[in-house]
Amino acid sequence: MLTAILVMAVLAVAVGLVLGWSAVRFKVEGNPLAEKIDAILPQTQCGQCGFPGCRPYAEAIAKGEADINLCPPGGEEGIKKLAELLGVEPKPLDEAHGTPKPKSVAFIDEQTCIGCTLCIQACPVDAISGAAKQMHTVIAAECTGCELCVAPCPVDCISMVPIAEDLPHWKWKYPVIELKRVP
Amino acid sequence: MTRKLFKFKGGVHLPEHKAESNTRPLHAAPLPGKLVIPLRQHIGNPAKPVVEVGERVLKGQIIGAADGYVSAAVHASSSGIVTAIGLAAVPHISGLPDLCITIETDGRDEWIAHAPLDYQAMAAADLRMKVRDMGIAGLGGAVFPSAVKLDPGAAHSCPTLIINGGECEPWITCDDMLMRSRAGDILQGVAVMRHLLGSTEILVGIEDNKPEAIAAMQAAAQSLDFAVEVVAVPTIYPTGGAKQLVETLTGKQVPSGKLSTDIGIQVFNVGTAYALACAVHYGEPLISRLVTVTGHVLRPQNFEVLIGTPIHTLITLAGERDGSTGALMGGPMMGLPIPDLEAPVVKATNCILVKSNALFPPLPKALPCIRCTRCADVCPAGLQPQELFRFAKTGDFGRAQEYHLFDCIECGCCSYVCPSHIPLVDFYRYAKSEIWAREKEKRAADLARERHEFREFRLAREKKEKADKLAAKAQATRAQSALDQVALDQATRAERPAAPASGLAAAPSDADARKALIAAALARAQAKKAGVAPKNTDHLPPGTQHEIEEIEARRAKIRELAHQPLESEEKKP
Repeated sequence: MLTAILVMAVLAVAVGLVLGWSAVRFKVEGNPLAEKIDAILPQTQCGQCGFPGCRPYAEAIAKGEADINLCPPGGEEGIKKLAELLGVEPKPLDEAHGTPKPKSVAFIDEQTCIGCTLCIQACPVDAISGAAKQMHTVIAAECTGCELCVAPCPVDCISMVPIAEDLPHWKWKYPVIELKRVP
Repeated sequence: MTRKLFKFKGGVHLPEHKAESNTRPLHAAPLPGKLVIPLRQHIGNPAKPVVEVGERVLKGQIIGAADGYVSAAVHASSSGIVTAIGLAAVPHISGLPDLCITIETDGRDEWIAHAPLDYQAMAAADLRMKVRDMGIAGLGGAVFPSAVKLDPGAAHSCPTLIINGGECEPWITCDDMLMRSRAGDILQGVAVMRHLLGSTEILVGIEDNKPEAIAAMQAAAQSLDFAVEVVAVPTIYPTGGAKQLVETLTGKQVPSGKLSTDIGIQVFNVGTAYALACAVHYGEPLISRLVTVTGHVLRPQNFEVLIGTPIHTLITLAGERDGSTGALMGGPMMGLPIPDLEAPVVKATNCILVKSNALFPPLPKALPCIRCTRCADVCPAGLQPQELFRFAKTGDFGRAQEYHLFDCIECGCCSYVCPSHIPLVDFYRYAKSEIWAREKEKRAADLARERHEFREFRLAREKKEKADKLAAKAQATRAQSALDQVALDQATRAERPAAPASGLAAAPSDADARKALIAAALARAQAKKAGVAPKNTDHLPPGTQHEIEEIEARRAKIRELAHQPLESEEKKP
């Protein structure tokens, strides 16, 4: 009887030690669920969801503090993916946070730009180059189209230009086939 | 000795329609008045324009330089003046324009200085760069830059070289005519390929419906100093597909997602070999190619056409007929409609197939898929087209990729046999381009995330650096003022040695220190202000000095006037 209790106690202590050690040794940095959610979000960093960037929104979703339908650039498809990941029902986009728009890039009218650097400070992905009293320009390939630079501009020289379809960006359309009506 | 041939899975027998165009002799198409040369004629980076509007260019001059490793140059197909560099119609199903260089030809067709290359004496890498600058790209249809394919890579050699003379698509006969008329040159090009790839076995695969071409190639192969085996392969569509030809000739299957080079085999089209021969043995870049113009025209035939010639001029040459319903670039199985016939012939243009309702009746309306799997029986890639169709239709692209969507060669066998007349290949093309677009989006999102995270990090770092700097400065000033205070105290003490040190003076409070700091800062600012003087007022000539004095006097007067109340104002009260 005593041996059995002793054996169990020793086992419990040993297992406890191993578990305790591995909890410290293999600690997962950050929230893995937030990582997965962040991978689905479009990384526009536009803040339309009410959070300062995609990462904070992902963390809020992971904590259950935010709904999954607040991201207009992600659109219906993004919501569907999030719903799938979280095992909840997809819901329509919350229009209060904006509506999906065609993908665009910011364009600075260089004639009007006064070089105030306000847009550079607003850009969440450092996609505007320029310096004080120097002309600014948008690095189109890096621009996420978040529109955050438009409001701070004191001379309204930034406009959002939708990306026109050109040959390298052309996609095959979904084939529309007329089905024969069978009486 | 006859070679043992193998049979690939699937494939279909199609009506050949070769005799329409291969019974007339090969003609050179006349020089057009205007050449439109697209800069994106190959896979990879488009060429970069290196000429200016208004510049005179010579035949064979580089007008677009290769941009990067996977790229190829484009050349002026004839001499003339560059009249435009900009968007123009190209033969693409979307109908979207692309960057082109337009040349107004002068009719002199004047060549730029060119000379054959001594390829055996050249380093392999230099020769490949030369091939790239000669604009050579795969003329079988994929237009992949040949210089890249001619690099055996880490393996240092590619034991088997296969020359593809299959030309399995109905109606097209340009490779057939090329082999009949220029077999010797093709094999000269093969010699260059062999030199670069270090191949020991060279096979030329030609479908057995081209006996003249086989005979011509065999005759030409006799006079070579290396062995070339010309093999007649059974006529079954798509034998001309690279992977299918490899399997037919060697019995080896190219694994899914791999290239034929991974199993030591490289495949080139006969047209590419000919273009390479022209480049190396005559120094002539790729500025023309053979194009079959056939279908609903009066005289279906093959033309040797300068790249950049408008497609409609070829149709006119072959005799336009009433009742045509558009044209395809390529054959009836894989060809794509050309929305604008003003578009030019490009390196990929092997055939212009003019359609009519009699030759190509519109597809009957589609019926739902009944999952008969006839498509799976004929699929030469061994796929399950009915499943791929289902996944593409419902947007389940992940599953489509699991079912090896990217092994699909878009040969069209499945659509051809489908009893429900579903345009299956269109769905695969849609799914592929959608997957590519999503991958691109994903990469863009990853880049944006990385840049955003770096920005956050940078802002935090800058904030910390600023705070540290301020703290250090404050510390330094405080230490300095403390020293000053000590010196002052000592001085006072020295003056009044009798006076006992009071508690207040000995330990200056924080408020005193701050006051001292402010006073010091104010003094510094004053000194700075006094020190700054406009630099352009020293050493002036007397004339200028006088002028300045006058202006100053005027200013003083105005100032004085401004201080005096106006007469009208005086009267008011």
